[in-house]
Amino acid sequence: MTIADRWLLPDGMEELLPPRAYTLEALRRKLLDLLAAWGYDLVIPPSAEYLESLLTGVGKDLDLQTFKVTDQSSGRLMGVSADVTPQVARIDAHSLSCEGEGIARLCYCHPVLRTRADNPLSSRSPIQLGAELFGHAGLPSDLEILSLMLATLEAAELDQIHLDLGHVNIYRTLINQAQIDEQEAEAIFAALQDKRFADLDTLLQAYVECAQVRAHLTALAHLHGDMRVLEQAKRDLQGAPESVQAALVQLEQIAHWIQASYPQVTLYFDLAELRGFNYHTGIMFAAYVPQWGQAIAKGGRYDETGKVFGRARPATGFSVDLKLLVALQELQHPQTHQRKHLGVLAPVQAYTDAQLMHKIRALRAQGERVWVDLAGEGTKAHPACDRQWVQNAQGEWVISPL
Amino acid sequence: MSSMLTLALSKGRILEDTLPLLADAGIEPAEDLQKSRKLIFATNLPYVRLIVIRATDVPTYVQLGAADIGVAGKDVLLEHGGAGLYEPLDLQIATCKLMTAGIKGQTAPASRRRVATKFVNLAKSYYAQQGIQVDLIKLYGAMELAPLMGLADEIVDIVDTGNTLRANGLEPRELIADISTRLVVNQASMKIKHQLIHPLIERLQAGVAARTQAKSQ
Repeated sequence: MTIADRWLLPDGMEELLPPRAYTLEALRRKLLDLLAAWGYDLVIPPSAEYLESLLTGVGKDLDLQTFKVTDQSSGRLMGVSADVTPQVARIDAHSLSCEGEGIARLCYCHPVLRTRADNPLSSRSPIQLGAELFGHAGLPSDLEILSLMLATLEAAELDQIHLDLGHVNIYRTLINQAQIDEQEAEAIFAALQDKRFADLDTLLQAYVECAQVRAHLTALAHLHGDMRVLEQAKRDLQGAPESVQAALVQLEQIAHWIQASYPQVTLYFDLAELRGFNYHTGIMFAAYVPQWGQAIAKGGRYDETGKVFGRARPATGFSVDLKLLVALQELQHPQTHQRKHLGVLAPVQAYTDAQLMHKIRALRAQGERVWVDLAGEGTKAHPACDRQWVQNAQGEWVISPL
Repeated sequence: MSSMLTLALSKGRILEDTLPLLADAGIEPAEDLQKSRKLIFATNLPYVRLIVIRATDVPTYVQLGAADIGVAGKDVLLEHGGAGLYEPLDLQIATCKLMTAGIKGQTAPASRRRVATKFVNLAKSYYAQQGIQVDLIKLYGAMELAPLMGLADEIVDIVDTGNTLRANGLEPRELIADISTRLVVNQASMKIKHQLIHPLIERLQAGVAARTQAKSQ
């Protein structure tokens, strides 16, 4: 075994060093306080569960992403959590079922593990923070979760936020009308996801008989852009079933509300966005910033997924990766992040002089950072100190600025 | 940089065919791309710059957001997997076929087949769909040599005229896909810079349509 074998970390498994580790911890505390202030109760799910719990409902797409181990005490397969959302859905559906049918607001911040990175730059060990709201279907809960996601990004001091909004029911209704088999629908779905317009036209011509449904699905592929897209959608999807019109109205209401309450956020609509199609049941949203090529926060409605655990409830939520948020903070505000976590330097007499130690204890109790200069190296060896303890003429220990 | 568009272009034959299309869409490089050793080029539009890279690197640049838009062959995109990319436009240039090929007159063995290719992901999924078990050998060039030297029973490669195959005693067998050059867009860029990207796609699309019409007349 070489030295490199001992220190090398696996791909996508990163450690956090000072000062980033503390920045992340400070952000974690700040965001958990924010979630608590919005009325969300913290849950801490286990790091591993039986696979059947993790890969149902919202976890349907997580099979490949989940590390699996055999539980020696039961012989069953366990998975290391790759996404906390299915665990929180299980907690609401089963562990908290005794709390009644009222609204449950739950939040979490937990490291997860993934077998594969989404791309060469993404982590396989994100720290997922999120909030889930169970027991309410309709616009107010969508607005609450969406606002909470924006408030989270605001608290993380990220700006230039672009919010992408979509509604899974538009595509779902249209494709159900097409009356085609599963394989044909999958091919259309893939072309629509990748915006392969020419391929989509060919597939629609081949598989979909009804001219109006064909026209609607073709139009859907092009319905992405700013607010004007919603007006365009009303024209292009005229004659589509009521659920399509209802989805458009809902998007419009959400857009107006975001514009009024978060005017700094740029809105984008993509009515053919189908991320998480397997479990989403309504509004879907994702946030982007210009400095990053992927979404930085994602969420949406996923009603009824708790059914597999014995209790079907309306549900909506969002999540972010704390490691990514901290990295983006540094990209957006490099100056702020070079700031050191300042404190006071005390001489080594701290461990012989009871009066000095007493004062140090009092200062630390106030949350101040105090270093004891063990080797007598002085302030140069402690670049983050901006003050130091010195003895005045009367022999008293006082703090003097540097 | 949200007001700047970076276009990643594939070097070589695709580049020659791409430049006239860009010109039709109103984008002209500030200098001759073929003669310069530079890697980043300004254009007549202050908000558009070009980077010229190996075709296989284009999807990676665009997926990771280092470029907003890319021009790459469908073969390269199929091999890459295309995650995180939109593929809104078929530029209908540099067309060719992705095929299997083997020594003329020989049939592929009924047992496990040895296949040499640079498109290992693509070949793996193609043969799996055909129900054929294969051992894949990744090579970086001169695929035709592999069957001749007994390294492989079959190759998966791009076939244009088929002359290189014939010159080496090989013949094309199955068509895997018709290949042409596609415009790809980073998903985040499409959402953040749509005001720049949508009109550019429309202009390119109009150019492609005009060329197709001219050809058919």
